[in-house]
Amino acid sequence: MSAEILAFLVLATATVAGGVVTLWSRYVVHSAFGLMLSLLGVAGFYVLLGSDFLAVTQVVVYVGGVVVLYLFGVMLTPPDREERSIRRIAVAGIFAVAALVVLLKAVFGMEGRWYGVDPDRGPASGGAVIREVGNAFMDKEAYLLPFEIASVLLLVALVGAVFIARREGGRGS
Amino acid sequence: MLADYVPILILLLVVIGFVVFNLAVSEILGRRRATRGKASTYECGIDPETNARGRFSVKFFLVAVLFILFDIESVFLIPLGVNLKAFAAAGAGTFLLVEMILFMVVLGLGLAYIWRKGGLEWD
Amino acid sequence: MTTAALIATLVKIAVFFGITISLAAVSTLFERKISAWIQQRYGPNRVGPWGVLQPLADGLKFIFKEEVAPAGANRLLFRLAPAMAAAPAFMTVAVVPFTFPLILDGTRIPMAIADIDIGVLFFMAMGSLAVYGIMLGGWASNNKYSLLGGLRSSAQMISYELAMMVSVITVLTLAGSMNLTRIFEAQIPLWNIAVFPVGTIAFGIFLIAAFAETNRHPFDLAECETELVGGFHTEYSSMKFALFFLGEYSAMVMMSGLITTFFLGGPSLFGLVNGIEDPWIKVLAGLGVFLAKVCFFLFLFIWVRWTIPRFRWDQLMHLGWKLLLPLSLANLLLAGTLVATGVL
Repeated sequence: MSAEILAFLVLATATVAGGVVTLWSRYVVHSAFGLMLSLLGVAGFYVLLGSDFLAVTQVVVYVGGVVVLYLFGVMLTPPDREERSIRRIAVAGIFAVAALVVLLKAVFGMEGRWYGVDPDRGPASGGAVIREVGNAFMDKEAYLLPFEIASVLLLVALVGAVFIARREGGRGS
Repeated sequence: MLADYVPILILLLVVIGFVVFNLAVSEILGRRRATRGKASTYECGIDPETNARGRFSVKFFLVAVLFILFDIESVFLIPLGVNLKAFAAAGAGTFLLVEMILFMVVLGLGLAYIWRKGGLEWD
Repeated sequence: MTTAALIATLVKIAVFFGITISLAAVSTLFERKISAWIQQRYGPNRVGPWGVLQPLADGLKFIFKEEVAPAGANRLLFRLAPAMAAAPAFMTVAVVPFTFPLILDGTRIPMAIADIDIGVLFFMAMGSLAVYGIMLGGWASNNKYSLLGGLRSSAQMISYELAMMVSVITVLTLAGSMNLTRIFEAQIPLWNIAVFPVGTIAFGIFLIAAFAETNRHPFDLAECETELVGGFHTEYSSMKFALFFLGEYSAMVMMSGLITTFFLGGPSLFGLVNGIEDPWIKVLAGLGVFLAKVCFFLFLFIWVRWTIPRFRWDQLMHLGWKLLLPLSLANLLLAGTLVATGVL
């Protein structure tokens, strides 16, 4: 067994275990923790696949940002008893099955290529990836427009966040 | 490239070993004599009342949301910043700069909006 | 990976990790010594000559102290939190170049444990993980002061992280690389702190944010004793407390090392060290210069703590969001303009 396969197995175990904890833990904080483990495992996969830039970005944005947001949310709400109604489980189940179908279709429909990227191209190092990302952001044919639209999306999110926080604050006081 | 990350993996194992060793040593060697007083939380000598995990200001949540948004912005700016020198040398610096300015102006507007709406006020 | 590379890696880890931990331990002694001088006291002087063995004595005492966990604490997270607080600071050691690359028979051995192209991003990622230990320590203790301290501290850390990230991006723009060795090598003619105005402003923002990120005075609202007892580590004792402590001081050492690398030319000293012919002497001299700069910043951290009064919470958030963040963004735009037009 090569070192890479061993690393893959360890990461896969961590990712799946994190996911299981997220789903089945009785404490919401433990769930957030499981999610963190899972996301870190995914970052490890990116390193294995040779995209360290993506891996570290994943840690900065998801582990260092999104899960922190979840934890804040969890800590700000008082510990209520969890509701486990049949209806909730049914709704969640429908969404889970739908997501699974979409994913499976994507995986089996890609025919060796994934959105124009050749998986056999071999890994590129961090410096080269940065250069390529920079080039893609510059190219009118590629990601120039999505890049600028991303800023508008972030702006909308900012406005929304303030709006919700103000309403909640008003209700509280 | 993977070889670059082997040292980090080794360091990670060393750090985990160091931390676990320290925690384990004091768990094993430290003496234990539990009393009711020790088990209660410290509130300046007064018996604690009510659960500590109550509700807090939604402001903290807003800070976390704003953090994520600007965090993503910074991550987007990194490839532009790193490449700017090379692009300037190749004569495409102005184009990249205009793109960067556009991106940052939109988010600057966002910051100005929050500021005006009092999202940054603490009292 | 060849055996030689593996041995080099192990030696580098032993030396650099050892240096970081030792510096952190020594700074605890100097914190007490310097505070004593500032307040006209003696400070620790019982253990060994001039109190030099004090950190060792403290460590032993921490090991043998009783572990106390409050009744309502979450057992798992209560134990995990100190480890989560200390580990990111230790992991940052991986990317910091402690001295010039060693050039032996034409092969270049970079003097960072992992000389990766995205070193700066790695440091940012570790910085964003540092929030967890504090937040979970506060939450798991089931103590109101701890929770409030942890919450405040994490809100403060994420707020100042933004300004810090943007000022680091300014450095990246000036250097055109994210590799920390390249970043200090790019400064050999002129240190970034002297690149007026962009480098100087970025340095100022990074320095202030570094104080806030490490929860040091004047930003130590997480543990302001008069309001919150000890903050997030109120309920911690023995080695668990020591790990929080060691993590904080290691983070200080790392921040000092990064400030040195980003703004003060790392191990270079006005071309003096750079010109040394013998590879080994060059590496050792570079290490000496680097550590001297780091020690200066460690002294600054301690000096400020015993000199400046603490901020109020609203002042702290206003400084981070209303001054440092817009200023750092404007500074980045200015730096971008200067680089794109070829001035820098």
